[in-house]
Amino acid sequence: MIDLTLTEALRKLNSGEVTSVALTRALLDRIHQVDPAVRAFLTLTEEQALAQAEAADQRRARGDTAPLLGIPLAIKDVLATQGVQTTCGSRILEGFRPVYDATVVQRLLDAGMVMLGKTNTDEFAMGSSTENSGYFTTHNPWDLARVPGGSSGGSAAAVAANMAYGALGTDTGGSVRQPASLCGVVGLKPGYGRVSRYGLIAYASSLDQVGTLTRSVEDTARLLSVIAGHDPKDSTSMPLPVPDYLAALANADVRGLRIGLPREYFTTGIQPEVEAAVRAAVDVLVGLGAEVVEISLPHTDYGLPVYYLVATAEASANLARFDGVRYGPREDRGEMWATYTATRGERFGPEVKRRIMLGTYALSAGYYDAYYLKAQQVRTLVRQDFDEAFEKVDVIAAPASPTTAFKIGEKADDPLQMYLSDVYTVTINLAGIAGLSVPCGFDGQGLPIGLQLLGPAFQEDRLLRVGHVYEQATGWHTRRPTVG
Amino acid sequence: MTTYEPVIGLEVHAELLTESKMFCACAVVDSTQAEPNTVTCPVCLGMPGTLPVINARAIEMGVRVGLALGCEIPAFSQFARKNYFYPDLPKGYQISQFEYPLAVRGHVDIDLPDGSTKRIGVTRAHLEEDAGKLTHTGSGKSLVDLNRAGVPLLEIVSEPDMRSAEEAEAYARKLRSIIQYLGVNHGDMSKGVLRFEANISVRPAGSTELRTRTEVKNLNSIRSMMRAIEKEVERQIRLWESGEGVKQATLGWDEDRGQILIQRIKESASDYRYFPEPDLPIVRMTEAEVERLRASLPELPDARQARFVREYGLSPADAATLVSERAVADYYEAALAAGADPQPAANFLLGEVFRRMNAESLGRDQIGAIKVTPEALAGLLGLVRAGTITLTTAKKVLDVLYAEGGDPAAIVQARGLAQVSDEGPIVAAIEAVLAANPKEVAGVLAGQDKLAKFLMGQVMRELRGRGEPATVQRLLDAALEKRRG
Repeated sequence: MIDLTLTEALRKLNSGEVTSVALTRALLDRIHQVDPAVRAFLTLTEEQALAQAEAADQRRARGDTAPLLGIPLAIKDVLATQGVQTTCGSRILEGFRPVYDATVVQRLLDAGMVMLGKTNTDEFAMGSSTENSGYFTTHNPWDLARVPGGSSGGSAAAVAANMAYGALGTDTGGSVRQPASLCGVVGLKPGYGRVSRYGLIAYASSLDQVGTLTRSVEDTARLLSVIAGHDPKDSTSMPLPVPDYLAALANADVRGLRIGLPREYFTTGIQPEVEAAVRAAVDVLVGLGAEVVEISLPHTDYGLPVYYLVATAEASANLARFDGVRYGPREDRGEMWATYTATRGERFGPEVKRRIMLGTYALSAGYYDAYYLKAQQVRTLVRQDFDEAFEKVDVIAAPASPTTAFKIGEKADDPLQMYLSDVYTVTINLAGIAGLSVPCGFDGQGLPIGLQLLGPAFQEDRLLRVGHVYEQATGWHTRRPTVG
Repeated sequence: MTTYEPVIGLEVHAELLTESKMFCACAVVDSTQAEPNTVTCPVCLGMPGTLPVINARAIEMGVRVGLALGCEIPAFSQFARKNYFYPDLPKGYQISQFEYPLAVRGHVDIDLPDGSTKRIGVTRAHLEEDAGKLTHTGSGKSLVDLNRAGVPLLEIVSEPDMRSAEEAEAYARKLRSIIQYLGVNHGDMSKGVLRFEANISVRPAGSTELRTRTEVKNLNSIRSMMRAIEKEVERQIRLWESGEGVKQATLGWDEDRGQILIQRIKESASDYRYFPEPDLPIVRMTEAEVERLRASLPELPDARQARFVREYGLSPADAATLVSERAVADYYEAALAAGADPQPAANFLLGEVFRRMNAESLGRDQIGAIKVTPEALAGLLGLVRAGTITLTTAKKVLDVLYAEGGDPAAIVQARGLAQVSDEGPIVAAIEAVLAANPKEVAGVLAGQDKLAKFLMGQVMRELRGRGEPATVQRLLDAALEKRRG
């Protein structure tokens, strides 16, 4: 039962073959069995999950047809959940229980979700491996000695290891797509503004977007249908109609689809098996009627520096509110400034401090024009690269990560090496477009590889169609790791 | 010895009278009245994950003020984050406007004592959110009240065009009057809805240089602002005279002691690390929208003053006093609408009514709350005009109206205050007074006119102020003439 896709689980619930309580119990058992090794969850909400499952079963008995009724899911711990500890993977929010639900959480609850718990993340979503979590590192279910990717590593590992039928993550520079790739699951970062950020505890406001981690593209379509759409509480969410993503998958085909291959993405630093798998995936689509167009995204090289200026600048302001005064733990030193300093000094981890300092520097008088302003100008050029590319092609294909999962500790002492794992993902956030990572094979060590499909903002349905066709043709997404 | 000239610029923070806060749905309440931290929500508390949403009414009000100050309204404005740590600032940054304010390049005309007018430039007006309120207890602890956090503020920045505390006062009063007319602010400074910061420097008179300036913050009334400017100008002159010179500084003001507080000396400008607020869209103002708001502007104080002079024949000074508070001007025109004549109504309002309000320290903007309605005032003046009561009686009736309210004619009737023009009682009173004051009568007959006035006063007293003055005078003159003959 635990290895079903979300869609299959829903079918069984609807046919009466199984109850939500039974599914929830099975997943909780699975969590108890394997999570001590994987460590995907920061907080388990067992009792609440069972109560929600029972309520879902009763609603179904009354004829309720909410789209996710009784489906157990996991939520990344940067999303506010009312009354449930929300730490952002940081010691500075240890024990913090928000007074409200994030809009996406509220929408999932309204749709009938059973929330299993909150998943591990790099502290404030700053990282690519979960090694920056203030609590512990999550292990990759395919090889427990390796990282699951990050920052949504807990969510990706939970879905990959059959501990949840799907999960929410957040993606600021690749934090959904890269762990999806490293854990062999499907990860979607919608276009900026497609999904409400209200309740997403901000890392970098102009880049953050809530995304999904699932075991199939169809499952992604189901989750996106629920969470997408304008939210009056988030002025950056777009007042656009939300397409019927499930209907978009029916009779999907890729005949005549123009797939762009950016020459800048297949240069140095890419693991040969990753490049081979991505090219093979494109060949599969060509075999189904798509055509390949070589394209150029000339400002690709500036992606990482621009990202690390914009993201850290915004983060330096976003993280200023964590002072131990109004919520969260306080390192009381008897006097205000000493208390601020102790609380922030002792409870923020090194990567968060590094980024706050970088961002503060980039915004400082005398440096603003050279760093922040220049970065914003280059960001416009990065966006124009994609605008021009999408005049020639319908989607762009690329790796989601230059390598498969690396070893825990391998890059932990080298932030620059770590930053490079986001080289194929950050520009997508800078441009605000949509990206989907789907499993496309394995390397020689049996580690999953992800194909990243990119499309214009708010054309998520196009990406889902291509991803779905690819999945149907290959079946990589059905492979699960053996854990426990 | 050098004569110095102050150079003064003002930043005025006006709390906007919106129903809800700048970026959330919390009500805007009187922060001196509400229980601390009761009018808050996750957004204005800066709870993690919350996002601001712009209050469209605040934008409209800000644009209307900008237009009333003769500003240009740019096609777009943008919110920015102003970063600083302080416990009254829940997010660790204040959402303000920086590079692209709501309104730019306006002016305010002030009246100088010599009767001339001076134009003070308005650099810009921008919207921002207020911080919370800190109360410092004696025990070394401070209390934070976030009811005020997120209340919309319009910051109006002037050019350094003022040359004295009096000019600063005239500018502040005119500005307060304008924003009151727009109905966007109570203008009640005791509640902190208008706050001032003054940028002050001094230079040798006649020079055009701009010397190092200091910034005095925390001025919560026009009076404090004037006193602070005077003290700071004196301090700076002392510093230049002693050769020490003035250092750039942010200063505070101790209202109780009337002293400038040196808060921190700045070696360089504060670094607030402003950057565009990524959580909010750019605010666009179409020309059509600007014109719609321009058309919605009420008659403003300068225009109203000119009309009062033109239509009612008032002196510019009386007109200026009447229009400076919108409530007073409205009251005045309501009395005229109820039939009062312009000049007597102005005289009575500026003299008698204001004296009674001053006596109980009632602000002029509170005129709507007094028990004398504009209709009652018109009625009272009508009784004087018709000769039913004397002006002296009218003042007594006003006392009653002021204390209890009611209809002036009814009060006159009930208390028997109607003017006596019937000759019988007047003659009787005259005879009684003349009989009781033989020495004065003899004096009058000997040509001492001063004593005639005394006798007139005595007769009026005898008549308890109700005698119709012309009749009394005529009959008194006749009685004296008779004695003379």
